[in-house]
Amino acid sequence: MVDATSPTSKRFGLRPMVVIIMFAGTSLLICAILLSISLGAASITPMTVWEAIVNYDESLTNHQIIHEIRLPRVAGAILVGSFLAVSGALMQGMTRNPLAEPSIIGITDGAALALAIMFAFFPSVPYTGSLLAAFIGAGVGTALVFLVGALAKGGLTPAKLALAGVTIGAFLSAISSGIAIYFDVAQDLSFWFAGGLANIDWPRVQLMLPVAMIGMAIALWLARSITILSLGKDVAQGLGQRTGIVRTMGIVAVMLMTGAAVAVAGTIGFIGLIIPHITRALVGLDYRYIVPCSAILGSLLLIVADILARLVNAPYETPVGAITALVGVPFFLYLARREGRGV
Amino acid sequence: MKRIVWIYVAIVMSIFAVFLLSLQMGTMTIAPLDVWRTFMGDGTDQHALVLFGFRLPRMVIALLVGAGLAVSGAILQSLSRNELADPGILGINAGAGLAVVIFIYFFQGSYTSLGETVFALPFFAFVGALTAAFLIYTLAWKKGVTPIRLVLVGIGLNAGFTAILIVFQLRMNPNDFMQATVWLNGDIWGTSWASTLAVLPWILLLIPLVMAQARTLNVMRLGDPSAISLGIKVERTRRRLLVWAVMLAGASVSVGGAISFLGLVAPHIARRLVGPRHQVMIPTAAMMGALILLFADMVGRNLLSPSEIPVGIVVAVIGAPYFLYLLMKTP
Repeated sequence: MVDATSPTSKRFGLRPMVVIIMFAGTSLLICAILLSISLGAASITPMTVWEAIVNYDESLTNHQIIHEIRLPRVAGAILVGSFLAVSGALMQGMTRNPLAEPSIIGITDGAALALAIMFAFFPSVPYTGSLLAAFIGAGVGTALVFLVGALAKGGLTPAKLALAGVTIGAFLSAISSGIAIYFDVAQDLSFWFAGGLANIDWPRVQLMLPVAMIGMAIALWLARSITILSLGKDVAQGLGQRTGIVRTMGIVAVMLMTGAAVAVAGTIGFIGLIIPHITRALVGLDYRYIVPCSAILGSLLLIVADILARLVNAPYETPVGAITALVGVPFFLYLARREGRGV
Repeated sequence: MKRIVWIYVAIVMSIFAVFLLSLQMGTMTIAPLDVWRTFMGDGTDQHALVLFGFRLPRMVIALLVGAGLAVSGAILQSLSRNELADPGILGINAGAGLAVVIFIYFFQGSYTSLGETVFALPFFAFVGALTAAFLIYTLAWKKGVTPIRLVLVGIGLNAGFTAILIVFQLRMNPNDFMQATVWLNGDIWGTSWASTLAVLPWILLLIPLVMAQARTLNVMRLGDPSAISLGIKVERTRRRLLVWAVMLAGASVSVGGAISFLGLVAPHIARRLVGPRHQVMIPTAAMMGALILLFADMVGRNLLSPSEIPVGIVVAVIGAPYFLYLLMKTP
């Protein structure tokens, strides 16, 4: 966020860099995808991976592992990583708040409450039902935080959004903890949220796809307006933008994408915080470039973190959210120390 | 002045009323007359056990912890000149929580023997709280410490601690996991006189110390330039008071679990009632904290009896809406 408050930056619209990021990022992404597919409890050579993709043979165990476990997992990582990164970029642009990121605005706790209710009261509801509930809960949590932020005197200042998010999060999670403890579903809940990408299968990926289409389409469609909005509400209005509509659509996109990510993969913090910052530093302040580049880099980071999560303490999996926090917390602290210039 | 005396009297009487009510209520209801008899020494053995063995020590802890967290919050709010500061939000609770969870993790399954280590757990929570505060202070330091940096760094560290907590928690067996979860939600589990004794000296020692610095706090609240011009060594004073606030919070959460919002809400109510002068505000905050926690503990014990709701959950459910209200009102 280095520069979101200084719109005259020379980095505005560095097209060659965008092309480089797109190209290099995509190449790295493909390498990471192949690596992610070949690494795991059963180590599989890249050659087999290639064959399993182009020349699938159902009778081979390795091919089955690749098709039923590794491929959906990596597909999930691509979707979730890009959802979180793009949501973070949209939020930071809309609120001009460099600390805005999906996991601090009540989304996770809203989803947790919905899941606690499902686990405790409707344990027989099929898996997709819980997924849908988590999705709706995430939306309600977000709506609450933005409502409080919008009603606050002085509007959505950085500290206010963070504090409103923390408070509503604490309130919702107190209720879900109460339910979880009383009905003895606390550990189920924790496993869901720390689950990361381990349990992603094709049905989950299919559930995320329509959301991805809609959310990403809105994000790309809004990108130009977000660039203008990130110059400040007054500037945007002066330029004739209907800021209310842009913000509402932006929040809808964030709710769709983050909601889907949290419902499927649980808590994966900090991707939504750091990737937009890195992307802005690389490609400048034009959200038409920030949105797609964030998506690529977010996927890349999550796939790498997921590989680490599997390797750090093999054969056990470390929660991928812990890995991203390990990278994210120092960066957050760095931003907090820069307060006054941007924060 | 007269108004302040009346407010003191009203709070003390409320505490007394809740205290009496709480004595009677629980899984086993004891009639007021039986409570009286037991206190006079001729109640049944069963009543004596419930009252003196379980209920009374727990209520005393609620009073002490409530006062400790409230005063800790009052100090932090004045030091950071941020009325939204609170030990929980700054990550001090999470630091203590992490230390406790690590402790439970390494003594996995031997939780029953914790009776003997009742002084070890507060110690660990204490070390965790101190470490967290040290980290927050150091990381927020850049030619001095500004209030907003303190809060932001606290929020960041809080997230980091929570992430590590999850790693440890997921590797616990279900029993330890439940214990840790309940503790992290703020639960007065030390129902023995021993844990009362573990926390009592800290509160009794530190609150008077803080009171003695009330004037300094008044000046500190005006901002660094005013404090410096009045001859206060700002950084040193801030560090000392910060250490006391952390020790109060650490001692409190060590027996009361990670209770959030109390440290935030109690000083606020106190300021509304008696104004910002620390000489009267701190005692009011301490009494309000004690009252709220005693009340929340009673609700937590009885609402879903025989199951208990961790007291921190009750406090958060009551406290969060009030906090949001303040957030929206504060410009």
